[in-house]
Amino acid sequence: MKPVFMTYTKKDLINLAVCMFLSVLIIPTFIKTEYWYTSILIPWLCLALATIGQQIVMGYTGQLALGAAGFMAAGAFAMFNLILRVPDLGFVGSLIVSGLIAAAFGILFGLPSLKVRGIYLMVATLASQFFIIWMIDKFGWFKNYDSSGIITAQDIVILGKPFTTPLAMYFVCLAVTTVLTLLAMNMARGSTGRNWMAVRDMDIAAESMGVSLLRTKVQAFAISAFYCGVAGALFAFCYLKSLEPVAFDIKLSFKILFMCILGGLGTINGAFIGAAFILLFPVLLNAIGNNVFHGAIDATIISSIEQVIFGGLMIIFMIYEPLGMAKLWENLKQSIRLRLSSSSVKNLKSSAQKSE
Amino acid sequence: MVDELLFFMEVLVGGLLAGTMYSLVALGFVLIFKASATFNFSQGAMVFFSVLAFCGFMQDFNIPFVLAFILAALLMVVVGLCTERFVLRPLMNASEDTVLMATIGLGYVLEGLAQAAWGVEVRRLDLGIGDFPVPWIADNLKLFISALDITAGLVAAIMIIGLFLLFKYTKIGLGLRAVADDAGAASSIGIPLKHIMLLVWSAAGVVALVAGCMWGARAGVQFALVDLALKALPVLIIGGFSSIPGAIIGGLIIGAVEKVLEVYIGPFFGGAIEGWAPYVLAIFFLLYRPEGLFGEKIIRRV
Repeated sequence: MKPVFMTYTKKDLINLAVCMFLSVLIIPTFIKTEYWYTSILIPWLCLALATIGQQIVMGYTGQLALGAAGFMAAGAFAMFNLILRVPDLGFVGSLIVSGLIAAAFGILFGLPSLKVRGIYLMVATLASQFFIIWMIDKFGWFKNYDSSGIITAQDIVILGKPFTTPLAMYFVCLAVTTVLTLLAMNMARGSTGRNWMAVRDMDIAAESMGVSLLRTKVQAFAISAFYCGVAGALFAFCYLKSLEPVAFDIKLSFKILFMCILGGLGTINGAFIGAAFILLFPVLLNAIGNNVFHGAIDATIISSIEQVIFGGLMIIFMIYEPLGMAKLWENLKQSIRLRLSSSSVKNLKSSAQKSE
Repeated sequence: MVDELLFFMEVLVGGLLAGTMYSLVALGFVLIFKASATFNFSQGAMVFFSVLAFCGFMQDFNIPFVLAFILAALLMVVVGLCTERFVLRPLMNASEDTVLMATIGLGYVLEGLAQAAWGVEVRRLDLGIGDFPVPWIADNLKLFISALDITAGLVAAIMIIGLFLLFKYTKIGLGLRAVADDAGAASSIGIPLKHIMLLVWSAAGVVALVAGCMWGARAGVQFALVDLALKALPVLIIGGFSSIPGAIIGGLIIGAVEKVLEVYIGPFFGGAIEGWAPYVLAIFFLLYRPEGLFGEKIIRRV
C-alpha cells in the first residue's frame, strides 16, 4: 500500500476517520446516561492508554515488566502536586510533565533490563511497584500532608474552561488517548519500533546488527512509563476523582498485564480490545448474576468466578492463540475477506460462462 | 552494650527464622524449575489454595487434623495432575515466557476457585504451636524467639534434607535431574516425562501446603498470602532458581536483611520498608550475580 498522507496509507486514514466519527459524534449523540461515561468509557480509555504503555515494553520490546500501576501512581501524584504547586503550568502542561516524571522512574527501574530478562526482570520491576507506592504513602509531602489518606483530585481546567461533566471529561480522555495512540502507532512503525522488535525477537542478534541495546531498552521503558504516567493521571483525575496509593496496587498491574496479553501482544488495537474485555466482562457477569439468577449468587462468588475465567482464558490463549484477541479479530477479517473474494471469483466465473 | 548486642541477635535470629518461611515457598518454585525449567508463578496461589482447602476441610466439615492434611495433600496432587494435563502438556514446545504467562493465569484460576469454594473471609489456623517466645530460650539465652519460627525452621530443615536425599540418591531423583537437563533427551531414553511432571507438581503442591500452614498460623489464612508469596521471588533470585540449598540461604538472607533494615534503618524513612527492601536487594544481586548464589550460569546462544 502506498502512503497517501505523510506515512499513512488510505486504509489507516479510513480507520482513523471511522474511529473519530464513532467516538466524537455517534457516542455523545446516542449515549446519554452518565453511567456509561463515568464507569465504562472513561476508565476504558485510561486503561487502554496504560495498556499501550505495557504493550510498548512487553509486546514490542519483549521485556516482561510488571509495574504499570506503580508508574501510573507516579503520574497521578505528580499531576496532583504540579497542579497544586505550579498552577501556571496548566492542565496539559502538567499532564506532560507528570508523564515525564513517570518516565524518569521508568528509566531508573528499567536499567536492570540491560542485564536480565524474563522472570528476573519481572522481579526487578516489582521493586518499582512496591517502592513507588511506599514512597507516596510514607512521605506526607506527596499528599500535601493530608492525614485522611484519600485526597480529592482538583477540577480539570483547560484554558480557563472547566471540564467537570462526565461528557467533558470523556472528551479530555479521548483527545489525549487519540494523540498518544497515533504517536505510539507511528513509533511502532518507524525505526524506533523496528529496533524494539529486533530486540524482542533476538536481542543478541539485534546487538550484533548495530542496534544499541542500552538505547533501545531504556527508551522503551521510558516511553512505556510515560504512557502509564499520563494514563494514571487521567485515571485519577477523570475516573477516580481522588488520589490514594491503594488504588494503584499490584492488582491493577496484573489487570493491565492481562489486558495486554489477552488483547494481543505487540498490537496497539489489542490494547483497546483487551481493556474493553477486562472492563466489560465483570459488568456482564454481574448483569447475568442479577438478572438470570436474581441475586441468588453472592457477589464474592461472582468475582471469584470472574477471576477463574480470566485465568482460564489466559491459559487457553497461551495454548491456542498466544497473540490474543487482536489476532482473532484479524483472522475473522481475513476469513470474511476470503469468503467474499472467493464468492466474487465464482460470480465472475459464472458470468464468464454465461457470456460464452 | 550487651543489651544492644542481645537485641541485635534477637532481631537477626527472628529474621533468619522468619526467612525460612520464605524459603518454604521458594522451595516449591525450585522443585518445578529444576525438573521442567518452568517458572511457576502460581506457587503463591498454590500456597493459598492448599491451606484454604485444609482449613475448609477442618472447619467446615469437622474432619480431624491429620485426615484433613492428607485430603488437602491429595487435592494438591489432583491440582498437579490437572496442571500437567491441561496446561503443561499443550505448552510442551512453547517458549518459556509463554509458559510463565500461562502459570500467571493458573494462579488466577486457583485463587478464584479457592475463594469460590471456601469464601473470602480470613480464617484462623491453629496448629497448636503458639506465636509467642519460648520460655526456655528466653530464660537461658535472654533471647525472645517465637515457637512458631523455630517450628518453621525445623520443618524447613527436614524438608530440605528429604528433598536433597531424594534428588541425590534415588532413581526418581536421577530421572528428575535428567529431565531438567534436557527433557527431549531424557524422554528418548525412556524416562516417563508425564510421571516426572506429575510427581514434581504434586511435590510442589505438598510443599505449598506446608508453607501455607506456617504462614496461615502466623498471619491468618487470607488472600494476602498470595502477595506474601511474591517475596519468594527475590529469595529465588538471590539463591538461584535451580538450587534447593539456594532457596534456603536466599530465604535466610532476605529474612535477616529485611528485619535488620526495618529495625535499624526503617525508622528514618517512616517504616514499612520491608515491602520493597527484598526486591531492591534482588536488583543488586541481579546486577552483580544474575544467576544467584548457587544457580547455574545462564548461557544464551543466538
